[in-house]
Amino acid sequence: MHPDKKMNKKTNQFNIVIVGTGGQGLITLLRILAEAALSEGYDIKTSELHGLSQRGGSVEVHIRFGKEVFSPLVSQGKADLILGLEMQETLRAYSFANSGTTFLLNKKIVSVSLVKSLSEKEILKRLKKISKNIILVPAEEICQEKLGVKVVAGIYLISLTSFKNLIPIKANSILKAINKIIPKKYLELNKKTFKLAKTY
Amino acid sequence: MEEILLQKAGKKMILLGNEAICRGALEAGVQFVSTYPGTPASEIGNTFFKLSQSGKYKGYFEFSTNEKVALEAGIGASFSGLKTLVAMKNFGLNVCSDSLLPFLYTGAKGPTVIVAADDPSCHSSAQSEENSRAFAFLAHIPVLEPSDPQECKDFVKLGFKISEKFQIPVMIRTTTRVAHQRAIVKLGKITKPGNVVGKFIKEPKRFVTMPPRVLEMKKELLKKIKQIRKFSEKTQINKISLSVSDTDRQKIGIISSGVTHLYVMEAVKELKLNLPVLKLGFFYPLPKEKIKNFIKNFKKVLIVEELEPYLEREIERLAKDVNPKLQIFGKGLVPEVGELKPEIVTLAIVKFANCKLKIENWKFQIPKRSPQLCPGCPYWLVFGAVKKAVDPKKVIFGGDIGCYMLAGLPPHFIQDYLSCMGSSIGIAHGIKKATGQKLITFIGDSTFFHAGIPALINTVFNKSNPLIIVMNNQTTAMTGHQPHPGAPAKPDGIKIENIVKACGVKNLKVIDPIKQKEFINTVKKFLNKKEVSVIIARRPCIQIKK
Repeated sequence: MHPDKKMNKKTNQFNIVIVGTGGQGLITLLRILAEAALSEGYDIKTSELHGLSQRGGSVEVHIRFGKEVFSPLVSQGKADLILGLEMQETLRAYSFANSGTTFLLNKKIVSVSLVKSLSEKEILKRLKKISKNIILVPAEEICQEKLGVKVVAGIYLISLTSFKNLIPIKANSILKAINKIIPKKYLELNKKTFKLAKTY
Repeated sequence: MEEILLQKAGKKMILLGNEAICRGALEAGVQFVSTYPGTPASEIGNTFFKLSQSGKYKGYFEFSTNEKVALEAGIGASFSGLKTLVAMKNFGLNVCSDSLLPFLYTGAKGPTVIVAADDPSCHSSAQSEENSRAFAFLAHIPVLEPSDPQECKDFVKLGFKISEKFQIPVMIRTTTRVAHQRAIVKLGKITKPGNVVGKFIKEPKRFVTMPPRVLEMKKELLKKIKQIRKFSEKTQINKISLSVSDTDRQKIGIISSGVTHLYVMEAVKELKLNLPVLKLGFFYPLPKEKIKNFIKNFKKVLIVEELEPYLEREIERLAKDVNPKLQIFGKGLVPEVGELKPEIVTLAIVKFANCKLKIENWKFQIPKRSPQLCPGCPYWLVFGAVKKAVDPKKVIFGGDIGCYMLAGLPPHFIQDYLSCMGSSIGIAHGIKKATGQKLITFIGDSTFFHAGIPALINTVFNKSNPLIIVMNNQTTAMTGHQPHPGAPAKPDGIKIENIVKACGVKNLKVIDPIKQKEFINTVKKFLNKKEVSVIIARRPCIQIKK
């Protein structure tokens, strides 16, 4: 289930696509992962979108790190990890996946206005056609139960990527990056979330 | 964000392209900054605003009312000898172009850099997929195109140097994937702005564009461009990025610029190709000799550029001189519509270089998610009331630039035309004059100040009767909540109702749209008026209310 994620040997790079809906804090997750990769001495490129697309629409950010990285965008079929904060959006990111891609999904479906949502079963069925490495985590449920808030689900999941060896970045580097990026006001909560992810 | 100013020279940090532009300006010792917010350029203004509010940046900063006055403020500062930065999105260049062209004739006294951010694929731009590089030809403005945040910082500094040396404004053209790209930047030394009080010294020969002097000025401008072309021939920002051992014997090569250069490098590395790549940091004036030299022995060359093929056309012309048989590939292999992506560039290079590539891909249909008004957004109330007041099938709805252009999407569907900043009112007047059909337009408060006021005056002066609803949410919401003349950082903004009254509008009401009954009744009443009517829907954006 959990492959030992090392840097892609052929390219010496690691490609992450994070998807979700506007307002889920994807840019913060991007900044934490980029900062963590920097502290491990990697070259980094990322891409994000601002403006109206952030207002509840589909959001997709790219993080690439490795020995030498040029493009800020992950190429189709080249993602090593796709982190989905919403399940339908995760399916939408399929074009970045290959048969070795790991999908880490937040167990959450937000319906699209005027359209019938795909079911969890249907989404998983389709993802399984692409890759065997599919990990579904009820991150919001866990955070709500243990911490009383759902908003930190993203932090929970990126912490999990390291604890479960899904990315070639040490957990401690993620924690250091959380310390650096998250504003003081919310830091304690985010550190607790990080620790909580270790117990999953 | 303030880290941008505090970190020491030599340190490496991750910066967003727009933040790197700010750092470059600070390292150059910028003294005067003006801007109007617009994605993907907004973070330039946001960063200077924060640095300025906290007192960490000692130079002058303003959010201007629109890009034209932002540039004019910058021109005034430059005429007074200050080092000046003006930032805007692509469409801002259109708004300020009337002031831009003469500024090239007068030239810059204080070194001046203008940043323009394009948005291929229109991620955050409604009206057109503008390629602002065309302004280089129209205005004879030197244009530099960075690929990544390091270059954003370095090119801004270089831009100031070129501007100082040749006394000409210089444009830095970015795109979304450069402006909103994060990467490691090696910092240089910050230069303190020093004395930020300039001095305007009378030099009418220099600052007044009037015939017959204006034609002499044009000659001087063309001469400057000739000199800058020589500089462009020598500078390292136009370079052969991927030098191969036997360059002279290579028969094919690639030319690229901006972010597409990064896609080219990625592809060349992945495909393990042994071919030279010329990266152009200068878009205008192009280093013609360097390009000729690069292509003279090739059988074929690939030009990878986003949007219109400006480089391709220039290079076609150069090839006629040195290598008439050269096969030039460009828009035949990469699309002219939409941004380029690494896989598109890889495929183009695969075809160009006749190599092979295996691609895994799957196709699914997944419901599309459009952006939505935030829960609690006051616009829900306005749109709801309007739809209750009238039969949407019998009324024309004009849209404008802001979050309220979501009126065109589900579940609202009340937007029948949409163009550029402020145009909802101007076009409304034309439709009313041409047809007499009932018409309601929506325009945001920042947009009203930006370009709506002359159009409102025109409806009064030339007598037409649209119903204009000013969406007064007291901020510039879509671009990240920047202040505007009606909602400055410190209280006491200009009241929109005072402007509307002064324009001669008689049917005017300020309503909080939470009062649905009053809003509905007013829409019904105003729609039957013989003169123009204005409702100011005043309720703060839910994001600033929080």
